[in-house]
Amino acid sequence: MVEYALNHAWLVPLLPVLSFVLIVFLTRPLKMKRLSSFIAVAAMFGSFVIATAIAIGVFSNHEFIEKSMTYSIRWFGMEGLNINVGVMLDPTSAMMIFMVTMVATLIFIYSTGYMKGDPRYSTFFAYLSLFGGSMLGLVISSNLLQMFVFWELVGLCSYLLIGFYNYKVSAREAAKKAFITTRVGDFGLLLGMLFLQIKFGTLELAELAEVVPMFESLGVSAGMLTLMVVLLFLGPIAKSGQFPLNVWLPDAMEGPTPVSALIHAATMVVAGVYLVGRILFLFVQVPTAMTVVAFIGAFTAIFAAIIAITQREIKRILAYSTVSQLGYMMLALGVGSLAASMFHMWTHAFFKALMFLAAGSVLHALHDKADVWEMGGLIKKMPITGWTFVIGGLAIAGIPPFAGFWSKDEILLVTWEWAQHGHAIGYLLFAFAAITAFLTAFYIWRLIFLAFFGEENPENHPHESPLNMTIPLIILAVMATVSGLVGTPWANVWGEWIHYGEVHHADPSYILMLMSVVLGLAGIGLAYVLYHKDANRVWVKEFARKYPALYNLSYRKFYVDEFYAWFTKIFVDGTAKVAYWFDIYIVDGIVNGLAALTRGSGGALRYIQTGKLQTYALVFFLAVLVISVVLTLGKADTIALLGGVR
Amino acid sequence: MATSLSPSYFIFLSAALFAIGAYGVIAKKNIIAVLVSIEMMLAAVNINLVAFNKFFTPEAFIGQVFAIFVITVAAVEIGLGLALAIALIRKRGTTNLDDFDWLKW
Repeated sequence: MVEYALNHAWLVPLLPVLSFVLIVFLTRPLKMKRLSSFIAVAAMFGSFVIATAIAIGVFSNHEFIEKSMTYSIRWFGMEGLNINVGVMLDPTSAMMIFMVTMVATLIFIYSTGYMKGDPRYSTFFAYLSLFGGSMLGLVISSNLLQMFVFWELVGLCSYLLIGFYNYKVSAREAAKKAFITTRVGDFGLLLGMLFLQIKFGTLELAELAEVVPMFESLGVSAGMLTLMVVLLFLGPIAKSGQFPLNVWLPDAMEGPTPVSALIHAATMVVAGVYLVGRILFLFVQVPTAMTVVAFIGAFTAIFAAIIAITQREIKRILAYSTVSQLGYMMLALGVGSLAASMFHMWTHAFFKALMFLAAGSVLHALHDKADVWEMGGLIKKMPITGWTFVIGGLAIAGIPPFAGFWSKDEILLVTWEWAQHGHAIGYLLFAFAAITAFLTAFYIWRLIFLAFFGEENPENHPHESPLNMTIPLIILAVMATVSGLVGTPWANVWGEWIHYGEVHHADPSYILMLMSVVLGLAGIGLAYVLYHKDANRVWVKEFARKYPALYNLSYRKFYVDEFYAWFTKIFVDGTAKVAYWFDIYIVDGIVNGLAALTRGSGGALRYIQTGKLQTYALVFFLAVLVISVVLTLGKADTIALLGGVR
Repeated sequence: MATSLSPSYFIFLSAALFAIGAYGVIAKKNIIAVLVSIEMMLAAVNINLVAFNKFFTPEAFIGQVFAIFVITVAAVEIGLGLALAIALIRKRGTTNLDDFDWLKW
């Protein structure tokens, strides 16, 4: 079974894609809604079973740490270009497919409850299946071009799903925004891949990992390599919602909540982090690029956390939280720790999926009322949703033994060590990360105290969600609690399996642990004081009233959207205006001018055409006369012929 | 046969006749007068043909033969021309060439 799964890993993405095909061509036209969702869940569960077998196979054989298992077939090629499609299994990809299939299966099951009664129920499951399949294909790709194809498919599916409620203008706008913003980065990614192919002659990940370290002997200058790396990094910046291309991610919550959970936890956004992790061998050749990655990550983390503090919509808070946590993952990659980054991705997938699904459960109960200020006391009516959300909140705030504590602690640790190894900027990044840890605890518990505790809002009539929605919540809550235990500092199984370069053996740093716990507790405590003890939230309202500049800066997301709108207005519209002017006056001018010239000269010349035969005859005779004179003038024999008469 | 006549006399006569005919074709307003002028031009051509035949190729009669041809064709042409003139006069009631400018734009 395990052996079979290892050799047929391509079944993992294939099953959901088959389910997509089945739903689109069979059950959707036949309006068999229940069968559609059943096929989707069954296919994803099948993938989960295979992925589990693969994970068992990979994690029971220590040879996989050093050498990945790759098999591929030729896709197309010509002289000097050979593109394969294949499967690359190593601990990182095995962990990813296990995590993605598990979270996706739970989200699919949840969706059967959440989307009940939707007129486009079958379509929704078709898109979800394709989304999951594309992500899984991306994860096991052995070739960058193959990865890029799936990367774009993921982008397409996110577009379709974010805009699923296509009768809503905001959903349509958000879908376009997501697609266009990520395309900006994809352009860089594609250019970077072209450079790689031209300079190194291959896009196979395994081959690249071998040839890139000796780039100088291949005639690639360091500047060229830096350019490639920066171009390649543009893709992950856009896909993983890093500053300054983070604008699409919070808007992506316009889609149905299971989609948000899928995008934010298991697919799409982690694709960017995963890609950087996959080609980390490129980044480590260029220390500047690593610093850039680390800085962008840390900056995004604190930037999004500050925005999340003042947001009012429950899913928007979670969305900015995702941006912030992705910043953590990028930071970890930037300081060269694949282990910490992937570890945080792993734990984050569970607690973020959990919180999104719980938020969806709340929205379901409150009929899409999303403002946390209008909730309150929900935990009494919705105990399962409420308490699982609290577990997610503890996990993201970094309270031991919940999952987020271990991974966040690991990131803080590697950042600190990086700083101590002569990177002065590392101390700044560490400060960013530490402050973000505090802010994270604060904004999530602000949400929890506002929505789940305190006075009940008499306008709301919440009820607990059905079993097919609460059971995924419970499973995810369990995972959010225990999934971090594989990477504790005392027995870091995780770091042993998934790492880049030397195995990293850091001694557990109790000061750091204490610090992150204190920061987390301080955040929770501050949220408790401001939003729970102060039942009417007088102080925070007073603060927002007194310092509107600070409040608005955070609430309006540092005006990044406004900046883009302004930029578009000035530069894009401006260029369009110049082009319009050029078209109207220069291009059309030339064409119309030619036409007018022909017309005008024709109009002038027609007066010659009198219609009088005698005029024509006169012209004709005069012409003959002129021609005769010209031809005969000065010719001696002609004159002799005329008898010498002059 | 008087020997003092040189070819240039004939050529000048012919040229003068042709020029008068051409003037008539261009300047006369009456359609009949234009037809007569065309006959004058043809007569000028005939004088030329016969004169050149006499002075330059006296052993053959090519020029005289052509003159006979021209006379024949001229007879046909004048018949056709007069028929057209009559048709125009019937249709338009005028012989003034200035009234016949329908070919213009």
